[in-house]
Amino acid sequence: MSDLRELYQEVIIDHNRNPRNFHKMQDANKYAEGYNPLCGDQLNLFLKIAEDVIQEVSFEGSGCAISTASASLMTEALKGKTIQQAEALFNTVHGLLTKDEATDWDRLGKLVVLAGVKEFPARVKCATLAWHTLHSALTNQVIAASTE
Amino acid sequence: MDISTYRADFPILQQAIKDKPLIYLDNAATTQKPQVVIDALVHYYTHANANVHRGVHALSERATHAYENARTTVKNFINAAHTEEIVFVRGTTEAINLVAQSYGRSHLQAGDEILLTELEHHANIVPWQLVCEQTGAKLRVIPINEAGEINLDDVIALINKRTKLLAVGHISNAIGTINPVEDMIKIAHANQVPVLVDGAQAAPHMPIDVQALDCDFYTLSGHKVFGPTGIGALYAKAQWLEKLPPYQGGGDMISSVSFEKSSYNRPPFKFEAGTPNIAGAIGFATALDYLTKVGVANTQAYEQELLAYATQALSEIPGLRIIGTAEHKASIISFVLDKIHPHDIGTILDSKGIAIRAGHHCAMPLMQHFKVSATARASLAFYNTRQEIDCLIRALYEVKEVFG
Repeated sequence: MSDLRELYQEVIIDHNRNPRNFHKMQDANKYAEGYNPLCGDQLNLFLKIAEDVIQEVSFEGSGCAISTASASLMTEALKGKTIQQAEALFNTVHGLLTKDEATDWDRLGKLVVLAGVKEFPARVKCATLAWHTLHSALTNQVIAASTE
Repeated sequence: MDISTYRADFPILQQAIKDKPLIYLDNAATTQKPQVVIDALVHYYTHANANVHRGVHALSERATHAYENARTTVKNFINAAHTEEIVFVRGTTEAINLVAQSYGRSHLQAGDEILLTELEHHANIVPWQLVCEQTGAKLRVIPINEAGEINLDDVIALINKRTKLLAVGHISNAIGTINPVEDMIKIAHANQVPVLVDGAQAAPHMPIDVQALDCDFYTLSGHKVFGPTGIGALYAKAQWLEKLPPYQGGGDMISSVSFEKSSYNRPPFKFEAGTPNIAGAIGFATALDYLTKVGVANTQAYEQELLAYATQALSEIPGLRIIGTAEHKASIISFVLDKIHPHDIGTILDSKGIAIRAGHHCAMPLMQHFKVSATARASLAFYNTRQEIDCLIRALYEVKEVFG
């Protein structure tokens, strides 16, 4: 059960139950869709960016607790970040979840709860979906971001 | 039925997962293999490995003999009239692709219709879509009711002069519905429409008699019925195998080849290009022999009891909704629990050694029908027990606790 508690920490459960910034944004100027074909998790991400800084960010969609909480935490972390900082954060989180290298934990703040997912390889893609979608929105890819 | 003696036949079930005894409830995805099947593979590679239908040496004769005996075993298992009506393939997916391409390319024209049901696995949808793209034919879909059942009136209403084939799953892999295939075949044949039955999920759960069904095509996957992966069978009535063009070209499927023209071998070899999965076919036949020895009627009766027990116990969990409540069901139970995503259920159950499937079960149109993106699915085999169901139920209460 201890491993499981690592995965379903209070923060994750809380963000799944009450996802932050969970709504459509009418005046977004960056948008991307994310889809995990294996499990059907699906997510739309909205960003309002002015002068290179993320002013507003929101999402909607349906997914498991891990993907919903990851997206919710991500929207909280992104507000006020520059595009460059957001991209750097994508790389850090992606590295944290998929690579066996030491990560600068302090820089991650609350996002550190996502580290527990690493012990559950089948669920890593749930956690990375929102981040792939962010990367896709920031790099203006037209096609939907996919975890595959 | 004394299950403990049969459980002992399956070495994989004896292990612990996450320090808990393994409870394997993902049998609709693939079944576990009894020791006799594992031994048959080892024995083949240890004593008989050679290519079939070619060599004049002892090993080749041994391999050919075992491979062709396996064909006879499959024929007997589904009560086909002739051994030549059994084509070995990789599994049900390849069997359906074979029929879709061989029948489709030779019999379909623009405007023709292929009739399917809303319950189908992607393997009984996408091959038909591919041949529709090639020929201009169209798919028509028989709807299901809220229980997940087909109404025969809809079959009658949808069959028409343009219908060129009916393809239907015998048992739904996602929600367990046993379809009224006998009646559907009668309706189709009254309209001169041939019928393919996808039997991937039926073989482990019920006796199959293709002559009594009178279906034109029937498909099997070895691994769904306690055999190895990568082997399965297509049954087709002899006149179809005579008439249809080959699916793939290569060695063994020809009688002579020149650069001007090749002539094809007789069925079933016409449809078995290249060196087949010889060991797989032998393992497959061993699994069918094993199941026949246990007795399909016995396992069916036992599984029905287990299904009733599990359905009752699951229904008592507050917030649990069973998806698919057909009157005639095999021991496959799909469900959703509160607003908890099936993948989260799956992960928590896994931490207790319980293997279930979470997702769309390769039946996305069916998920759409029930307005869910995914379900959790417990699919039971005859080696599962009431105690295992009790563990599942307790674990589901713990899932509810984690998510408050």
